[in-house]
This record gives sequence, C-alpha cells and structure tokens, in this order.
Amino acid sequence: MTTNGVGRSSPLTRRAFLKVSGAAAGVAALAACSNEESPSKGGAASGTINALFMQQAAYSTADIQGMTKAFQQANPGIKVTPTFVAYEALHDKIVAAAPAGTYDVVLMDVIWPAEFGSKHEVIDVTDRIPSGWKTTIFPGALQTAEYQARFYGVPWILDTKYFFYNKNMLKKADVAVPTTWDEVVTAAKTLKSKKVVQYPLVWSWSQAEAVICDYAQLLGAFGGKFLDDAGKPVFNTGGGLQALEFMKRTLDEGITNPSSTEALEEDVRKTISQGQAAMALNWTYMFALGNDPKESRVAGQIAVAHTPSGPAAAPGCNGSMALCIASGSKNPDAAWKYIEFLTSQKVQNQYAKLSLPIWKSSYDDPQVVKTLPEVVAVAKTQLNDMILRPQIPSYNSASQILQVSIQKALTGRASSKQALDDAASRIAAP
Amino acid sequence: MSGLRLLQGRAGSNLRRERRTALLLILPSLAVVFGIILYPLLRTLWTSLFDVNSPFPGSYPFVGLGNYRRTLTNPDFWAAVRRTAYFTIVSTLLELGLGILLGLLMNVQFRGRWLLRSIMVLPWALPTIVNGTMWRWIFNPDYGALNALLTQMHILSHYRSWLGSPSLALNMVVLADVWKNTPLAAFLVLAGLQTIPKELFEAARVDGAGPIRTFFRITLPLLSSTILIILVVRTIEAFKVFDIIYVMTRGGPANGTQTVAYYAYLQAFSNPLFGYAAALAYMMALFILGIALVYIRLLRQEVEF
Repeated sequence: MTTNGVGRSSPLTRRAFLKVSGAAAGVAALAACSNEESPSKGGAASGTINALFMQQAAYSTADIQGMTKAFQQANPGIKVTPTFVAYEALHDKIVAAAPAGTYDVVLMDVIWPAEFGSKHEVIDVTDRIPSGWKTTIFPGALQTAEYQARFYGVPWILDTKYFFYNKNMLKKADVAVPTTWDEVVTAAKTLKSKKVVQYPLVWSWSQAEAVICDYAQLLGAFGGKFLDDAGKPVFNTGGGLQALEFMKRTLDEGITNPSSTEALEEDVRKTISQGQAAMALNWTYMFALGNDPKESRVAGQIAVAHTPSGPAAAPGCNGSMALCIASGSKNPDAAWKYIEFLTSQKVQNQYAKLSLPIWKSSYDDPQVVKTLPEVVAVAKTQLNDMILRPQIPSYNSASQILQVSIQKALTGRASSKQALDDAASRIAAP
Repeated sequence: MSGLRLLQGRAGSNLRRERRTALLLILPSLAVVFGIILYPLLRTLWTSLFDVNSPFPGSYPFVGLGNYRRTLTNPDFWAAVRRTAYFTIVSTLLELGLGILLGLLMNVQFRGRWLLRSIMVLPWALPTIVNGTMWRWIFNPDYGALNALLTQMHILSHYRSWLGSPSLALNMVVLADVWKNTPLAAFLVLAGLQTIPKELFEAARVDGAGPIRTFFRITLPLLSSTILIILVVRTIEAFKVFDIIYVMTRGGPANGTQTVAYYAYLQAFSNPLFGYAAALAYMMALFILGIALVYIRLLRQEVEF
C-alpha cells in the first residue's frame, strides 16, 4: 500500500472506531434503561435467581444453603444460586456487579441504604412491605433497610455487639461481671495483675468497618453523637472524643491486646476461643461458636451480657443487615419470594442459633428461647437499645476517613483530639 | 485516454477490493484490540472528565480536568505515592540482591541442585492471593508461625503484633512480596549467567583474579542487561501492587500500607467515585509510562558483549 493509502485508511478506521464505541455506548444506555424499569408485578414467579451473601458472622454458609434448599422444595419453579463473599468484599461486589445485573438478591448492611437507595442500586420495596410488619418487627431491624422513609429491603439479620466474657477467668481472678466500662477496666487490671491472662481485652480495631462498630458503641456509652442535627460532624467533641481516649488508654495500660489494631471480628472470636482474652465485644454468633467444643478451647466458659454502660448509656451498635432486590434483577418477583421466605418467622426461628430473628414475638417462642436461652434473655433488652451509624450517601468515604484517624490515635501517630478534629474537618469538607 | 481511465478504474477497484478484504481479515483482531484495550482506555479517559458517582451509565456533570486537579492536590494521594515508592524501591532492590545471590548458587555444580531449582519455583508459582493469605497466617499475632519461631529461638520474649502498626506492617508486606518474587529474579540471573562464556572465567583465573574480583569485574558487568530487565519488570509490577495488600492488610493500619492502586480501588468501588478513580488510574499509568521510558532508554544504550 502507498503512504497515501495509509493516510486515507486511517480516518476510515477512526470512523469505524467511532461507530464501534457508539454502538457500545448504545448498549450501555439500553442496559441503563432496563435497570431503571420498575419491577413488573404479578405473573408467575419462576426462573433462576442469583443471591449474594456474606461468609462471616450471623448465618453460616450451611444455614443459608439449608434455607435455600427448603425454599426450592416449596417453590419448584425457582432455582436459587447463592454466592458467598467476605463482608469486607460485599459492598464492592454489589457495586461492581450492579450495572451487569449479575445478582437478583443482595445482602445490604445497615450503613448502605442511603447510598444504594439514592443511586438506585437496589429496588424501592416500600409498596411490597405489609403495614403490619411495622409493629411485628423490631424497630432497630426495620431501620436497617430504611432511608428517607422508603424501604429498600427486608431486614434479615438483627444483630448488635454484645459483651462476652470468660466466666472461669473472672472467677479465677475473683472479679464480678462488670456492668460499666469503668468496671471493665478495673476487672481487666485485676485479671492482668493476677496473671490470669496477659491481655484481658481484645477488640476488632482493624482498618475496616469493624473499628467503627466498636467506636460507635463506646461513643454511645459516653453520650457522644456522630453528626449534629444539621449533619455536621461532632464526634470530635464530648462523648466521641472520650470514647477514643478510652480505647487508647486501654492500649496504653496494657489491658488491650496490641494486635487489636489488626483484628476483625473473626480474630476476636478466635482469640477468645483460644482462651487468650477474657472480655470482648462481638456479634451474636460468637456465643454459639465460643461454646462449641469443635471451635473453641474454652467451650462452656463464654457468657454474654448487655454491653457495659458508660456515663451516658449502654447502646449496642446496630449491625443489622437486610435482603434487597438488586435493580438489575430480571426476576424481581422470584427474588421477592425468596426474600420473603428467608425473612419469614418460621425460617428465622428454626435457624436462630447464629442469628436471632427480626420478629418481636420470636423472643418468647419456646423454640428460639430453647436454642439460645442466655442470649435471648440479654437480646430482649439490648435490641431495644441500639445506636445507628450515620445514614448518609457518602458513608463509606466518611467511614474510611474516621477509620484512619482512629487508627492514627491508637497507634500513637496523633493525639485522640488531633485525629478526630482532622477527621471531622475532612468529612465536613465536600 | 478512455482506455487508460478504464485501466485506472479497474486498478482502483482492485485496490479497493483488496483493501476491503484486508479490512475484513483484520477486523477480528481490530475488534479485540478495540474491545479490550482501546475501548476501556478511552472510556476511562472519558469517565475521568466527569463526576461519575455511581456504577450505572447515565449523564454526569462534566468537570474537565477537575478530577486530575483533585488528585494532585489530595494529600492522601501523595501519601499513597510515597508508600508505593517505598514499597517499590525496597522490594525491587531486595529481590534483585537476593536474586543475584540465589542465581549464583543455582549456577554452581553441587549434589541436589535440581532440588534447589525445583523448590525455588514454588513461591513464584503461588497465586498472590494464596501467598498473601499464607503470610497473613504466618504473621498472625496470636497463633502465627513467625511468633512461635522467634519465641522458641529466644529472639523474642513474647508474641507481638506484626501487622498492627503502620510502618512495620508495610515492611512485613514487603517481606511477603520479596519471598514470592525473588525466584523470578533468581531465574533470570541464572539464565543470564549461562550466557557468559566460560573462557572469560578461565582467563580471569589464569590472570590470578579471586572469586570476588571475578564477580565484580566479569559476572556483574555481563549481567547488567539481565539486571536491567529484572528492574524493569519488578518496578512496574511493584508500582501496581494491589492484591497482596488487599489480602494482608486492606491498606491498614492507619493507611500505613495503602498503595496508589489500592487507593484507586477504594475510590472506585467503595466510595464509589468512578470519575475520580479513573483520573487516579490515568495518573498511575503516566507514572509507570515515565518509569518505562527511562528504562527503555537505558536498555537501548546497553552494549552487547
């Protein structure tokens, strides 16, 4: 070919490219349209649906597979394919899969409805929710799926951080079960000085949402608030500051395991189960697993209590999660049927061992009470006393800023005040 | 005249037909190149000019170079660049140094050399995700192998946290990366060593040069092109480091191990600021392009022996 020919052919390819990219954009636009379509109601619910769950805390993989099997037996027309990811990967997987419509049902954490709702990543299901549910479900559970008075899912996991302690260790050191954070510190010092355990306390203070859960619980105890009524960060004053100072002090005094700054909830559970800590905050599931001889060296020694109180209150961090229909779902009716089944009182009562039901009356149901008598007794009061993390669409970036600031203070790179002031000003700036 | 025109026309149509066939033939490869390289590249560039804050296609406000300005003025980005530079330089130099030593060892005749050579492949053959998980367990503060080893050898008096403080965590991740990637450097060095003519070493011995002098005067200069290749491959790979961080520390503690790639990932999928993340990805690509250009120039100047 002559150079002239090359010169002539190059605009051709450019034009061809524009056509290709135009077509691609067209396809993308079509996909967007189908995404925003409202769920078609009526019609037979059948077909295949994909569901995304987490493999951490609450219901185990085996539990969810058992529920799914029962659902398919009851609904032979619907086939469900569950997928499991770590909690830390759950949000990003939902976001990345959203435009492709890979999943029909996704598990949403209590901190995401603002983002998922405002960005239409999941379907608004307000109209599908029977009005009766507002009185029969715990209010703390319903909040999980709610943003600006609309519902974006059905609560499924009703969870908060309880206070767990090793009965034998406390007895050995001759200390009573602490009910306030001051008593926890005193008990921990006694446990340490009597050489019952080197680090009596262990926490999930890794750079992850886990540290915010522990911090939220302490912030509530010390009477702090994340945001004021105008939405301005105020956690750098009063209770919010005292909470972080408290966390740092337990590290400085050697009563908190220094590995806490790299630990998630699972690490806390393993440390407690190894008999290497006496007290910790964790989700419901640690009670059953901590007392399971196959999972724990201290089976039978782990007890649960209402979270200790600070000067202000004793709220548990609301760690509930909801099941939602992804906006890309091609089969929202089948997805809804599956969600209804998983969240039904019958199924929840049956699988109460690792995660307690969202239904108020379940807590007097003999089947549930028999499964976890100790936890149910504590849950009855704790579930009515919870603190929510801020419901804002940009929650994740705010949380990352706060995680880093908290860790800077905990690892001694900044004072608690400096760290929180810095986080507050960065979250306030757009 | 008319005949000539006819001839020209026929030639022209022949040429056109030929061109059409050519275009048809290269269409599949063009589609692949456009689909998986150029389209994502251009699409990312396009995205980086808008304030895209959700994963769905739609109309977003045009911000021009705003996302790039935001990148360059963000202290978090520069902190991530510094950490990435530290990670890249330290891990690449360690991998190179150890790689040369191991390459020399593998080049020596001794019994069981085949065993050493086979074992050496293992770390490199492991997927990074598996490697990261393995080191996370080794570094586990309460039941990790490293703590057990060091306390049993009485080097440490009690178990300690390895990934719980920012700068130590970064060094531990470097260690995990070095363990995995040193074999690559070692094998490249081994290959380089085998191209050096034996006569050169014999001549050096005849001239009375000791092993150290031989190494610095003959081996090292003749390995320079191999070393350069190791530097190129490892710097570029290390600069993009993501998976080992994701598995071992997720950027923590206190952002101590957050590299540029991980920072960009968080912005895209967690926050989800796709426009800003696209600008970050382009900044990273420019950095790497800059490094690559320097290396390419150096490689061109390389002389053969």
